[in-house]
Amino acid sequence: MARIITFQQAVGEALGQEMERDESVIVMGEDVAGGCGTDGEMDAWGGVLGVTKGLWDRFPDRVLDTPISESAFVGAAIGAATAGLRPVTELMFVDFMGVCFDQIFNQAAKFRYMFGGRATTPVVIRSMIGAGLRAAAQHSQCLYPLFTHIPGLKCVVPSTPYDAKGMLIEAIRDDDPVMFFEHKLLYSLEGEVPEESYTVPFGEANYIREGDDATIVTLGRMVHKSSEAADELAKDGISCEVIDLRTTSPLDEETVLESVEKTGRLVVVDEASPRCNMATDISAIVAQNAFDSLKAPVKMVCPPHTPVPFSSVLEDMYIPDAGKVAGAVRAVMAYRA
Amino acid sequence: MSVGIHKLTMPKWGLAMTEGKVVAWLVEDGAEVEAGAEVVEIETEKISSALEAPQSGTLRRAAGIGESVPVAGLVCVIAEASAPASEVDAFVAAFQESFVPEEVPEEAAGPAPETLDANGKTVRYLRQGDGREAAMLIHGFGGDLNNWLFNHAALSAGRSVYAIDLPGHGGSSKQLENGSLAEFTATVVAFLDAVSLPKVHLVGHSMGGMVALDLALTHPGRASSLVLLAPAGLGPEIDGGYIEGFIAASRRKDMRPHLEKLFADPSAVSRQLIDDILKYKRIDGVPSALRTIAAALFPEGRQAVVLRDRLGELSLPTTVLWGDQDRILPASHAQDLPATVKTQVLQGRGHMAQMEAPAEVNQSILSCWDRSPA
Repeated sequence: MARIITFQQAVGEALGQEMERDESVIVMGEDVAGGCGTDGEMDAWGGVLGVTKGLWDRFPDRVLDTPISESAFVGAAIGAATAGLRPVTELMFVDFMGVCFDQIFNQAAKFRYMFGGRATTPVVIRSMIGAGLRAAAQHSQCLYPLFTHIPGLKCVVPSTPYDAKGMLIEAIRDDDPVMFFEHKLLYSLEGEVPEESYTVPFGEANYIREGDDATIVTLGRMVHKSSEAADELAKDGISCEVIDLRTTSPLDEETVLESVEKTGRLVVVDEASPRCNMATDISAIVAQNAFDSLKAPVKMVCPPHTPVPFSSVLEDMYIPDAGKVAGAVRAVMAYRA
Repeated sequence: MSVGIHKLTMPKWGLAMTEGKVVAWLVEDGAEVEAGAEVVEIETEKISSALEAPQSGTLRRAAGIGESVPVAGLVCVIAEASAPASEVDAFVAAFQESFVPEEVPEEAAGPAPETLDANGKTVRYLRQGDGREAAMLIHGFGGDLNNWLFNHAALSAGRSVYAIDLPGHGGSSKQLENGSLAEFTATVVAFLDAVSLPKVHLVGHSMGGMVALDLALTHPGRASSLVLLAPAGLGPEIDGGYIEGFIAASRRKDMRPHLEKLFADPSAVSRQLIDDILKYKRIDGVPSALRTIAAALFPEGRQAVVLRDRLGELSLPTTVLWGDQDRILPASHAQDLPATVKTQVLQGRGHMAQMEAPAEVNQSILSCWDRSPA
């Protein structure tokens, strides 16, 4: 059996292996060195949830703690990327990204285009997404649709330890800016991960399971909720195909369409707020390109259009779960059945 | 147990398999079957294959299409025509009563691949079985020890059977010196030394067949017999497009058409098989290792090493097996071999005959082994 490690270890291993391989790779962010270089405990923490713990010991010159100023250090990372480094910067929660939109939207995303292809910006911006950690409205959003909207950015939302490692290595080696979103409730997820370095290409969705009756298109943590639903539905003889988008930009439209053309039914499951999210985008793509294949209207399973509640009872109701996904599949199955 | 009633149970193909799904019956319930005839198609997450009848008789109590049967669970029974229905029912009832699906823990018990150092290279291998005689299974270009999924366990009754990953492949070192035949042969010899095997039955598929043949020629004392399954090295022709395409493809859509060439029936290529191969190919160092090997052994769409004329030098039991539908290496290379070589052409099979016709291939391998003096 291959080696089993957590999602969190997979991210840390990708960073360590790429820093080992390429000395232009640097890591910077708040507390990523974990208080090293101060009078306190050395390498105490390693990022807010410990992903970069241990890196400073190995690469003391290339793991940089930054001041609590996202606009400054994200801008610095983008600048360093244009000047030849391959920075991986960590911005704790995607919710804080607003203060550095100009650096990301107008600078990093535009350089290649505006300099006629002669500038590259090989920066990776890692950030935590998602609800469920009782972290309230300002630390729980899934803002990947905002970045997916901007041409020039690549957006990665891995769902497994294997993909997390391979896609982070792919991101670091990519010459364009890559937004890398890690769901905080996936960090403890275990899975098989090769010890060697490897890459997973962007823009190729993954088949989590194959099925004939309905297609569930999803990403991130919702992949696991969708799989749970598919397991439950299988007991009733409903066979679901579960497709993990893995990257929202580039987007593998072809795999989505191929599956919907086979099953004729689509449920899209997205943890992001329901206006202009991946569920609406996928629904539009299918409506435009595979309308004739549809046997039922598309169903979207998303949270309500509200801030993520702090009340644990309400937060649990807010997040789509397997029951809601299964309910949506049953509804598309029942349509004119 | 009733006389004349035999069960056909779900096999365990690979460590991770816990159940298999009945996809199609090739023989109807109530029909007569010959021993060894394929009766049912089984699908797992990883792979599909057919099961053969263990005995001749009447097929009864077939599991339903779409039904998932746990490993070692009952798929059907084969009963002698004289066996009354009541006895068949009693047999099945007794089986189901006592059958407990194996609860396989995540870290499955049983054989697991290991690694060792051979000539400074890490070599991954899987050993199954135990016995005084030993055998070695060597995969082809781009393959690994899992290519013997349907063969390894069946061949390991009373023998120690090792399947290895060649350098540049599977879980072995991806660093190559030059990708030459000599490098592969030296690594296999170093492996045999490392596990203290003075003499083994060698079974090689495709490029691995050429390695086995080279080892037998260059180290005459170390092989007790030789089975070459669609081997490289018996003629200059090869589908160079396959080699190039396999190396270049990095996505499912690009890879599928190349993998389909490996099988007589292209539907044998599952999405999981493609994903597994792409996972291997995405490991750092693999594409360059494959390019190095291709440049050394298959430059410009031809085979650089042809050992055909040296087959006559061998004085050990030798069998050459070839699927007549092989689209990678032509089955014509199996023609006009020295009379000392037993040649068997497998009708309707492609390049991966050990997966397409495991029972036939296993039988040929075992009969070659049995021909060698103990």
